[in-house]
Amino acid sequence: MSAAKQQDTSATPAPGKLDGRVDFPPVYRSALAKKFRRFLNPDSVISDEETIRPYECDGLSMYCEMPQLVLLPETVEQVQQIMRICHADEVPVVARGAGTGLSAGAMPHAGGVVLSLAKFDRILGIDPGARSARLQPGVRNLAITEAAAKHGLYYGPDPSSQIACTIGGNVAENSGGVHCLKYGLTVHNLLSVEVVTAEGDRVTIGSDGYDSCGMDLLALMTGSEGLLGIVTEVQVKLLPKPEVAQVVMAGFDSVQKAGDAVAGIIGQGIIPGGLEMMDGFAIQAAEDFARAGYPTDAAALLLCEVDGTREEVQDHIRQAEELFRTMGATSVRTSGTEEERALLWKGRKSAFPAVGRISPDYYCMDGTIPRSQLAHVLTEMDRMSAHYGLRVANVFHAGDGNLHPLILFDANVPGEFERTEAFGGDILNLCVDVGGSITGEHGVGMEKIRQMPNQFGNLEVSQFHAIKQAFDTRGILNPGKGVPTLRQCQEYRAIGPLRQPSAAPDTEASHG
Amino acid sequence: MGDISQQLVEQVRQAAEADTPLAITGGGSKPFLGRGLRGEPLELVGHAGIVSYEPVELVLTVRAGTRLDDIDAALAEQGQRLAFEPPRFGSSDTIGGALAANLSGPGRPWQGSVRDHVLGLRLINGRGEHLRFGGQVMKNVAGYDASRLQAGALGTLGAITEISLKVMPRPAMEQTLIQPMDHQHALALMNRLAGQSKPLSAACWYQGQLYLRLSGSRPAVEATSESWRADSGGDMGVLDDGDIFWRQLRDQRLPFFDGEKPLWRFSVNPTATLEDVDEHALIDWGGAQRWSRQQENLSVMAEKAARAGGQAALFRHGDRSGEVMHPQPAPLRTIQKRLKASFDPEGIFNPQHLYTWL
Ligand SMILES: Cc1cc2nc3c(=O)[nH]c(=O)nc-3n(C[C@H](O)[C@H](O)[C@H](O)COP(=O)(O)OP(=O)(O)OC[C@H]3O[C@@H](n4cnc5c(N)ncnc54)[C@H](O)[C@@H]3O)c2cc1C
Repeated sequence: MSAAKQQDTSATPAPGKLDGRVDFPPVYRSALAKKFRRFLNPDSVISDEETIRPYECDGLSMYCEMPQLVLLPETVEQVQQIMRICHADEVPVVARGAGTGLSAGAMPHAGGVVLSLAKFDRILGIDPGARSARLQPGVRNLAITEAAAKHGLYYGPDPSSQIACTIGGNVAENSGGVHCLKYGLTVHNLLSVEVVTAEGDRVTIGSDGYDSCGMDLLALMTGSEGLLGIVTEVQVKLLPKPEVAQVVMAGFDSVQKAGDAVAGIIGQGIIPGGLEMMDGFAIQAAEDFARAGYPTDAAALLLCEVDGTREEVQDHIRQAEELFRTMGATSVRTSGTEEERALLWKGRKSAFPAVGRISPDYYCMDGTIPRSQLAHVLTEMDRMSAHYGLRVANVFHAGDGNLHPLILFDANVPGEFERTEAFGGDILNLCVDVGGSITGEHGVGMEKIRQMPNQFGNLEVSQFHAIKQAFDTRGILNPGKGVPTLRQCQEYRAIGPLRQPSAAPDTEASHG
Repeated sequence: MGDISQQLVEQVRQAAEADTPLAITGGGSKPFLGRGLRGEPLELVGHAGIVSYEPVELVLTVRAGTRLDDIDAALAEQGQRLAFEPPRFGSSDTIGGALAANLSGPGRPWQGSVRDHVLGLRLINGRGEHLRFGGQVMKNVAGYDASRLQAGALGTLGAITEISLKVMPRPAMEQTLIQPMDHQHALALMNRLAGQSKPLSAACWYQGQLYLRLSGSRPAVEATSESWRADSGGDMGVLDDGDIFWRQLRDQRLPFFDGEKPLWRFSVNPTATLEDVDEHALIDWGGAQRWSRQQENLSVMAEKAARAGGQAALFRHGDRSGEVMHPQPAPLRTIQKRLKASFDPEGIFNPQHLYTWL
């Protein structure tokens, strides 16, 4: 029997004050396990350390914590019962999909349970006529497209982790992919979700139709990082598979020129299916790894994919090639076959493992910026890289301004991870300063709590806590994640570089 | 045109203190939506103007009282537009109203809705706090999506003062195709064509005719048009000035929308059959949105819609003293009441505009 780690209770919000909950009553593991074993298969209530261990972190393994229990329900009714117990006993619940998240969103709570949706892995139905699919939350992203393929359809958002990550996790993070400039994020590709609330009620939000009556709760649920409810079913839209897709690869001798070329493409009225950029370091690493035929002497590489009908693709590819040449591309190559297209993408898609090969560890950041700020941000990043003595490689969803700087470090060198985190924090603050966001698709989770007060003022943070309380009156869903407490805001603003939260300077001032 | 946000904040604070209900009004073009507005007007129309517009970033930031026509004009200069085609129900429709009512035009299934294009916004909540959510970048998942939440809330959560939107290039070419057909064949064909990777951007059935719109690059539109017309055995033709039809449909100016008979909106599975409705309906959004004129009560219509996988609302006319929106299950009612209280603790914004209980 082990009690939860004693928590600091002085940060408890005063009654009526809108703040995040941080303290919970102590949990008695065996007593709690007994309650769950009454209705769950005993094997589905994991309480021994060894079997719990793999659940201690998500894809951001630097952050870990051991929960009291891991639960693996098989039916929605069981999820409801779990929530009723946890609500009554005030036990923290952390939902978990595949655990590929990169912001420690699925990191367990020391005093709570992990609710794994791993057993909800069935595709409930595909409606080819209406172009939609009904899925259990544990269905893998790629499995949707695979199942839809026989109808000539596919699911749009394609995170690089699509082999492993689940649609429930995608909904919770509002995940994107390389095709989201044209086809949108998860939020643009949902019809409905079924949710079990903190109190154990089962509700459907959205419908088979495109727009529902009243306030858009479906949008609110999307990207809410497991803080507002447990997603137990998802209905997604499916898209017709494009007749053709072709990719143009263009090398440039400066990042600025590549950035201008991106602006040029959009200026011509072309919205590419995918538009990705890599810097010199990432090009080299990817080429060494994938042998895609990238120009390793280039300072920046663009991959511009156009998809649609045969005629449209032909038209746009010709325009893109011409434009890249006039904008100073040092090399331009267009895929002639599906194999060649796959090869050109292979380098980009394996950029993370490629960088992983040249460094013991790497840390992936996820800021977004207005595209016009790209050259400035990359120059600043070079400066920071020199300052911290850490190398950084950049892959960039250039079409929609989503940067993924990969900071290279060695966790075995004392102090190096701390320096990496500080470097990463500076990058995110820079993104906010130029009008962007601290996260484009990976979520805040535990990881970016520190940067939230730079993007949002206290009033917005309080409103977020109030929204959470509307769904989760006792604050048991994924506590401590997503939104910092007001006390944390104060602390982080005090120790961080002195800056006004960009979000609401005047509201701050007007409230004194 | 200007920034009157300080004045608006002041009015909200005073109303909150005095418990005065506020009726948020934009251009005043949609007074018929919801259950009617009661209270002291909080007028957004003076809060207008483009705050920033970066064509290359595809981002526009405007004050909520900006007229849609003014936005269109500014975007057109750069060869861009609002791809969600917000309807005009009057001459002064504002962008804030379009978002609050979640109104999108015929291209919605393919080009997305107004909420799909929202990147961020500013809003005055019921505490008189002027908040900012989201941002001016395409991707931003920090914090809850309080911006898109406003879509369809009809101002019950706060007064939207500023909106950042994704804008899109105008298509190089558009063409409208038309073919006489009954509603059953039309529904089947719309859905079949929507399953192909072709530049289809609108599909409607009205008075025995199927209307299809193609938008995209010239070669793609021309090739698709040719092949579909050939497939129809000559029954499908090109409609000149097709954009006039789509604008009349978008703005509810077709004769179908005339008169005072109750106008029902069904948002349903695009392939579903709505018994006793389809035949006399106007079918838009490739089957996913159907308009019907009939004297009926909400529970009957809601029941039909639910069987078709969707929802019904009494959009315009008819008895608006009771509920006009699809019924909400009890747990969602509770959550929405709490959400309302979280934004507007005194309940001053548009009370009972959306639901009798909100
Ligand atoms: C190599 C690699 C590449 C990646 N590439 C991308 C990319 O291109 N784009 C992108 O957006 N992301 C990317 N990611 C991040 C990650 O894959 C996504 O965030 C993904 O959506 C997480 O899904 P998951 O099933 O693993 O969720 P988990 O990691 O298990 O959980 C993520 C969050 O969702 C919550 N959650 C999970 N399931 C549910 C549920 N059913 N109900 C409620 N809450 C739930 C959890 O509590 C947690 O907060 C990448 C990750 C890796 C490791």
